[in-house]
Amino acid sequence: MSALSDQLVSFAILAYLVAMISHAVEYALGNSRTRAAAPARELVGAGAGGPGDVVATVPAAEGTTAAAERTAARARLAGLVAVGLTAVGALLHLGALVARGLAADRMPWGNMYEFVLTGSWIGVAGWLVVLWRRPQLRRLGLFLSLVMVLLVATAELVLYTPIVPLVPALNSYWFVIHVSTIVFASGIFLLAAVPAVAFLMRSGYEQGRRSFPYTLAKRLPAAAALERLTFVLHAFAFPVFTFAVIAGAIWAEAAWGRPWGWDPKETWSFISWVIYAGYLHARATPSVKRNVATWLAVLGFASMLMNLFGVNIFFEGLHSYAGID
Amino acid sequence: MTVVDDRPAPPAEAPRRRPNPALALLRNSWRQLTSMRTALVLLFLLAVAAIPGSVLPQRGVNPEDVRDYFAAHPDLAPVLDRIGAFEAFGSVWFSAIYLLLFTSLIGCITPRLRDHVRALRSQPPPVPKRLDRLPQHAVFAAPTGGAAAIAASLRRRRWRTVVRGDEVSAEKGYLKETGNLLFHASLVVVLVGVALGSWYGWSGNRLLVAGADNQFCNTKQQYAETTFGPRVSSGDLPRFCLRLDDFEATFLETNGQPESFNARVTVDEDGGTPRPAEFSVNSPLRLDGANVYLLGHGYAPVVRYTDRFGNSQTSPTPFLATGDVGLTGEGAALFPDANVDPATGKRDPNLQMAFTGLYLPTAPQEGPFVRSEFPTERNPLLNLVAYRGNLGLDAGIPGSVYELDERQVRSGRVKEVGTKLLKVGETWTLDDGTRLEFLGTEPYIVLSVRYDPGSTLLLVSAGTLLLGLMGSLFGRRRRVFFRVVPADPENGSPTSGSSLVEAGGLPRTDHPGFADEFAQLVAAVGDDGQRDERAGADDRAGAREGAE
Ligand code: HEM
Repeated sequence: MSALSDQLVSFAILAYLVAMISHAVEYALGNSRTRAAAPARELVGAGAGGPGDVVATVPAAEGTTAAAERTAARARLAGLVAVGLTAVGALLHLGALVARGLAADRMPWGNMYEFVLTGSWIGVAGWLVVLWRRPQLRRLGLFLSLVMVLLVATAELVLYTPIVPLVPALNSYWFVIHVSTIVFASGIFLLAAVPAVAFLMRSGYEQGRRSFPYTLAKRLPAAAALERLTFVLHAFAFPVFTFAVIAGAIWAEAAWGRPWGWDPKETWSFISWVIYAGYLHARATPSVKRNVATWLAVLGFASMLMNLFGVNIFFEGLHSYAGID
Repeated sequence: MTVVDDRPAPPAEAPRRRPNPALALLRNSWRQLTSMRTALVLLFLLAVAAIPGSVLPQRGVNPEDVRDYFAAHPDLAPVLDRIGAFEAFGSVWFSAIYLLLFTSLIGCITPRLRDHVRALRSQPPPVPKRLDRLPQHAVFAAPTGGAAAIAASLRRRRWRTVVRGDEVSAEKGYLKETGNLLFHASLVVVLVGVALGSWYGWSGNRLLVAGADNQFCNTKQQYAETTFGPRVSSGDLPRFCLRLDDFEATFLETNGQPESFNARVTVDEDGGTPRPAEFSVNSPLRLDGANVYLLGHGYAPVVRYTDRFGNSQTSPTPFLATGDVGLTGEGAALFPDANVDPATGKRDPNLQMAFTGLYLPTAPQEGPFVRSEFPTERNPLLNLVAYRGNLGLDAGIPGSVYELDERQVRSGRVKEVGTKLLKVGETWTLDDGTRLEFLGTEPYIVLSVRYDPGSTLLLVSAGTLLLGLMGSLFGRRRRVFFRVVPADPENGSPTSGSSLVEAGGLPRTDHPGFADEFAQLVAAVGDDGQRDERAGADDRAGAREGAE
């Protein structure tokens, strides 16, 4: 079972990788709508589009219109293939989790490796739900599949731990509640960080910046849509995370005799919670620009990463059960 | 999410007399402090200020690490200590930030609470003149009952509704602001809970070796370490005694990782009869006024020393776990009262005895015998060094009873007199004819006994915090308005004399689904009207068609 799980993870990485390439192809071929709309816009005047649209608006001959349509269809196909592959990857990924859980005879989130594996699955599953509700955001998938490849491959190459049972302190009812909700919230925060970063690039692009990271955003969905998605995902994840931290405190009271002890892991959860609260706050404060608020969201995710990787590796504390010493 | 304005400045009163500049400054600072921007800055500062506490060792978490840090950075550590860096979460700067934040919070929610209560008690505002200027707008044929019917169907959908003549105003989603206020107020209560716990709470840690002779009773002196809140005195401790009868631990065969722990004890609470109880990691023993937590365990070898006069003393000595999987223990059995001449009763300070070394529950087959291979006792072995001399216990220098004072060894007042490996039942005869027997072992457990009077409050406020947060994040405040107007006869409407309804909708929060909701609501209000119509056998169906 354990070997099966490892194999499924490798296949899932492969699927995400091919999905990413497929998204990249769609990206390179351009937007179906801009392409199709190009001839119409030409009548109005080629100069009307922003610099980003120039490529799409210059060709004028009849033949090119057909060619453009063909390219558009191909781009769309590549995009759909990418989504399909992402879904396949998510299924393989889920299979790996189930196999691992069966092999260990417990939930698959007992150490850092399993934590990252489960959290990233939540992220990708959440992404498929988002896509189902808002298919027009598809091109964000390029960034998402990139994140998935990096994360799952890191888990496999750096964090991999063989299956071991839990130490007694972890073997509790509240532990399951605490860790499952933390994993869930982390997965959604991970997913939410993708449109957050994309928004920062895209809004720079829309304000006319044409230097490196901003140019990547040329074919991303509109900044406003990205910002909205960023908020919705954070607003969903934040209460879950809050609950998870409370459940952790209840568990810590039973296991260690105090609900909160400023152990490094607790401290960093506190930091993340405060930063995310700051993000929601900032977004509700009219005098704070959306860019600034979104930077807070990105910072919040950085602090989550610090809590996961940094604290397990650099600090010692009661939570040091990660399985890598 | 509302896009709330920072609280607007209250309308300035006519400047009849010159405002007191000090007062004006005060008022301005208060307004600044309670603004959302300031709250944001303080929140950010709070996050930043928490970082040092995770990077530097903390006394409350791990005092040994702090001592190590002092040893490693003799110049820097005292400076850091002076600014409270080793008790970061109780330091002046950390406290200043959260106290300011909570002041800002209270200053912010009090007026909002007042406004909200007022809003809850007042009716939705009158219908605006130009409904077509609202974000949502629709016109449809009036249902039979007119304004009253519209109001009825709105009320059925739980809108707060008021009818003013031919006009209906309705509002929904007060839960958002209620939730937001509940969330912020709960934050304050959480802080109160924490404060209660640290003022009125106490805790103590100690070891407890199994056996009736080793029972302990809950007094401050019985603990190795205690933390007492400023409002607790040792007289406040509840009275109970605890005896460890048995301790069971199971481990995985493959790698020796612990699988389960269980401590069986006899509790003798004040005024009750002694009763048996069990507890383990994750399920503490909850007594009246204190909880007992299991933090660790190990073995206490029982050794008997027989001195030159033939007197023997037995001591179970906890050998503290060194932290490896095999539960190797390290400790010292001290016999300060050994070799006291029974005839004179005089003690020779240079004939005190100490045995230090390691206890290996499962010793390897071959040496070195320094690391146990498994945490249960499969091949128990004591690896000891004997010392004779002045242990320095009478000198009044505080020292651990489980440790031999290294200074006495270094100064030569205590001398090593031999080393030995001992199995259970074996006897070691020393150079002076005195004997040490290894009789067996008793399990010991590490306990933390605690009382936190704020915990219930914390739990409750955490619950309301979460409820409030969800109400706040998912609630949506919005208003709808309806006005019944006579259909314009000049427009050539075939149904002159019948009425139309003009409707408008205003989302008061950023709410992308509002257009759909509004459309559905308008359709539903029309439908309800139609159903009423059919029920009333009124023949005005044509009017609807005409209007559509
Ligand atoms: C302990 C510090 C604080 C924390 C952790 C905190 C946290 C939060 C969170 C997470 C939200 C988002 C919930 C929502 O959108 O409804 C929020 C909203 C809000 N907070 Fe705070 N807050 C704090 C202090 C303050 C202070 C000091 C003020 C006043 C200056 C304030 C005013 C508001 C307002 C008006 C909203 C509503 C935003 C909206 O309607 O969407 N908060 N707060």
